[in-house]
Amino acid sequence: MRRMRTLPLLLLAACVGGAKPARPEPPTLDVVEPWVDPSADQVTGTPRARGTKADALRNPAAKAIAITGATLWTATGRRIEGGTIVLEGGSITALGGPETAIPEGARRIDGAGKFVTPGLIDAHSHLGVYPAPNGRGHNDGNEATAPVTAQARAQYGYQPQDPQISRALAGGVTAALILPGSANLIGGQGFTVAMRLARTTDEAAFPGAPATVKMACGENPKRVYGEKTGPSTRMGEYAAFRAAFHEANTYNAKWVRYRRAHQLWKTKRARAEELTAEAKGRGGPPPKTEPAPEPPPVDLKLETLAGVLRGEILVQVHCYRAYDLGEMMAVASELGFAIRSFHHSLDAYKVRDLLVARGIAINTWADWWGFKLEAFDGIPENAALFTEQGGRATIHSDSAIGIQRLNQEAAKALTAGIAAGIAVTEEQALRWITANPAWVLGIDDVTGTLELGKRADVVVWSGTPFSVYTKAELTIVAGEIAYDRARGLPPSDFELGNSAAERNTTPRSLP
Amino acid sequence: MTSTASHATASHADARRRPAGARARTLALALAAAALSLAALGDAARAQTVAITGATVYPTPERKLEGATVLLRDGVITALGVGVTIPADATRLDASGKIVTAGLIESASQLGLVEIQLERSSSDGRFGTTPTEIHAAFRAVDAFDARAVAIPIARTGGVTSAIVGPRGGLLAGQAAWVPLDDAARPAPPIRAPAAMIAALGPSAIEGGSRGQAVERLREVLDDAAQYERTRAAYDRNQSRKLVGERLDLEALRPVLRGQIPLIIAADAESDVRAALALAKERRLRLVIAGGAEAWRVADELAAERVAVIVDPTDNLPGELYATDVRDDNAAVLAMAGVQVAISTLGDASAARTIRQLAGIAVSNGLPWERGLAALTTVPAAIFGKPARGQLAVGGPADLVIWTGDPLELTSRAEHVFIGGVAQSMRTHQSRLLERYRRLPFVP
Repeated sequence: MRRMRTLPLLLLAACVGGAKPARPEPPTLDVVEPWVDPSADQVTGTPRARGTKADALRNPAAKAIAITGATLWTATGRRIEGGTIVLEGGSITALGGPETAIPEGARRIDGAGKFVTPGLIDAHSHLGVYPAPNGRGHNDGNEATAPVTAQARAQYGYQPQDPQISRALAGGVTAALILPGSANLIGGQGFTVAMRLARTTDEAAFPGAPATVKMACGENPKRVYGEKTGPSTRMGEYAAFRAAFHEANTYNAKWVRYRRAHQLWKTKRARAEELTAEAKGRGGPPPKTEPAPEPPPVDLKLETLAGVLRGEILVQVHCYRAYDLGEMMAVASELGFAIRSFHHSLDAYKVRDLLVARGIAINTWADWWGFKLEAFDGIPENAALFTEQGGRATIHSDSAIGIQRLNQEAAKALTAGIAAGIAVTEEQALRWITANPAWVLGIDDVTGTLELGKRADVVVWSGTPFSVYTKAELTIVAGEIAYDRARGLPPSDFELGNSAAERNTTPRSLP
Repeated sequence: MTSTASHATASHADARRRPAGARARTLALALAAAALSLAALGDAARAQTVAITGATVYPTPERKLEGATVLLRDGVITALGVGVTIPADATRLDASGKIVTAGLIESASQLGLVEIQLERSSSDGRFGTTPTEIHAAFRAVDAFDARAVAIPIARTGGVTSAIVGPRGGLLAGQAAWVPLDDAARPAPPIRAPAAMIAALGPSAIEGGSRGQAVERLREVLDDAAQYERTRAAYDRNQSRKLVGERLDLEALRPVLRGQIPLIIAADAESDVRAALALAKERRLRLVIAGGAEAWRVADELAAERVAVIVDPTDNLPGELYATDVRDDNAAVLAMAGVQVAISTLGDASAARTIRQLAGIAVSNGLPWERGLAALTTVPAAIFGKPARGQLAVGGPADLVIWTGDPLELTSRAEHVFIGGVAQSMRTHQSRLLERYRRLPFVP
């Protein structure tokens, strides 16, 4: 193209000052724009496999297990006394009373006096991104270099040999959403994990779990960025949220335009090829062609946000105050994305009608409050009130200590609700730590309840899960026993030869 | 989300059909039944005798009385047992099916010092931000706010008194044992100073090492002893330079005399051993706080009668210098004969959870009695007022009536008495619940 334009200019220059010769005909360059797709030269590898939901339900390594004579709490409203549950190949293949058929060769586990529930799920954890031991070499949970780092992913920072993973398993946890911290307004994508020690993060990934993104409003981002680049106020925070999503909208539109242009170009090319062939036959000139459109540059930060706007990424927002919850809902409405759930949300009870009307879930604690001003109005009845309103609540941990006892935290929130005369039941409290977090993570179709065909994520408890004295005796992940209390904690690489967890986990007998 | 009805129970649906006034009355009753009866009882109790009847009473964690009566008058227990004659003028409180224990003691707290951790205006839990690490003279009692919002909330967990202490640096200052009552005028401390708070470990000295912290602590104790011997010379300015200011050295005198315990926060086995060696050298009354690896020193701690204040949830190999942690730290210590107290180790807003912490220790092998003792008799003994942790005739009437096992999650503290007075259970949180129990919001 460029050469074709400059050639006449040179010719023109050569003529300056000469006598008036006969005007020569410009030579015809018999050049046809080559048909080269710009994407043809792009080097692309294999995109990371996320797995499918079907993969979550299939585990060839899982041998048949039958737990008999137990109280089965299904988290679907059923409670089966003296029940039998059969797990095979990674999923639940039978569930019912004592008459339930047990396949031959199945390992039988006597569940008399025991309770069986779905595996617990924590909708808010930093396991792996803030692994133990604490140290500079280990803090991978907050990319606190800019208020919007939507390009970051918790998976990139997840240490799949975190000793805390075994302790979560000992608490009956089978899956969790690992989130970036709340230093940033948009900290990056979350990582949904199956609870197990692994070598790589892909081995720990929960197959087929949808993408999630972590956002945070209120005190944390302004504390982190107030003395740096800002925002230093809530005013700046919501402005920055809106700016980021407007940018993503523009970016999205650019790519939509490009894809249309590229498609149009390809259509034209196909037609032009036909015409060229015809022209050849006739001996006529080929059709005029045009270059392929240039794709806009890829921006990984805006890729994530554009995914949110397209509804492909579940939005998880850390917010405490009623007015922050309200502001965030307004921003989401304005920018056109849906919020899957609010995290911490200590004031949710104040605006539970607004949240429930929009189908937004909350993840909260049983009784944490007061550690900062925006946590000053936390009340133990939060989850119960939200549930009574018809909303989906979960009890989350946000803590490597708390994740070990989600069942106890649910028990406290239930006790507080009942004492206040709120209509809330044990069944609902069990859903706070099973089915509801599964929904928050978008994996409720495969896990979170004991149902035929669901993933074999199961806990065998020594008694009712709502007693302080009860222990998870077996934690089964995808049909495999990931924790057996009789055998102690599975030691992480770090602990080998290095801690009590490896040497001795069973208490010495007391006099 | 779809319908409320799918989740609501029949009783809830009924409540929604009732007229607003009736609903409000039901609500008030449901929410404030205990508070109302307590308030009435409270007024009476200030003047009269209260008889708590029919309860399962634990005078000490090891002793259990079924169907017993507790008589309270003028802040003390005047009778306790089965078949106690109830005076005609006594206000009766039927506690059949309930459990009565001594009020719980939070052994290491920042209640009344730190209301909102991240707000400087409500953080009085440390001397300040100056880099010096020795603040023995700093007294928690000087800044203690008896009206702190966290205190009534702690009471809802059956916590009737707390040892509130500063933290930060090598020698953080002096703790005070304070009652958590709702009296109009702050009650005097139960004991102040109740203990001296120190710390070992990598953060005891800013930018320092663990060994340096041990060296500095030994040095300041040496110099405090030197000061004790040569005070006259010191006052005449005829002394070598001593570590610590005059007030700090003064404050260390009761520690050196063994009048108050020295609480050393230490997690690593080597720090626990160093603390033990210092205490032996100086014949101090040592208490270890934290003690993540203390189980490794259990026999030596028992031999030296050193008590340990633990948080039983502290089971993560969280720090490279103390990775040998275990779930049953409390149980192993207790089995070796160590007196174990259980605490949040400083979290003011979580004080009400200490009974859950004890329950967790019990679930990991600590006998139930030792779990309750860790919240009552053990702290009372550590801080020098054994009568405070138990129910005894003539002893202080700090007690809790529980709906069930006090260490169990489904139990609640129904009535709390401090100094014989029924306490209000009204808190910032209970008031918020009342305001938002029904929507729409009406200011």
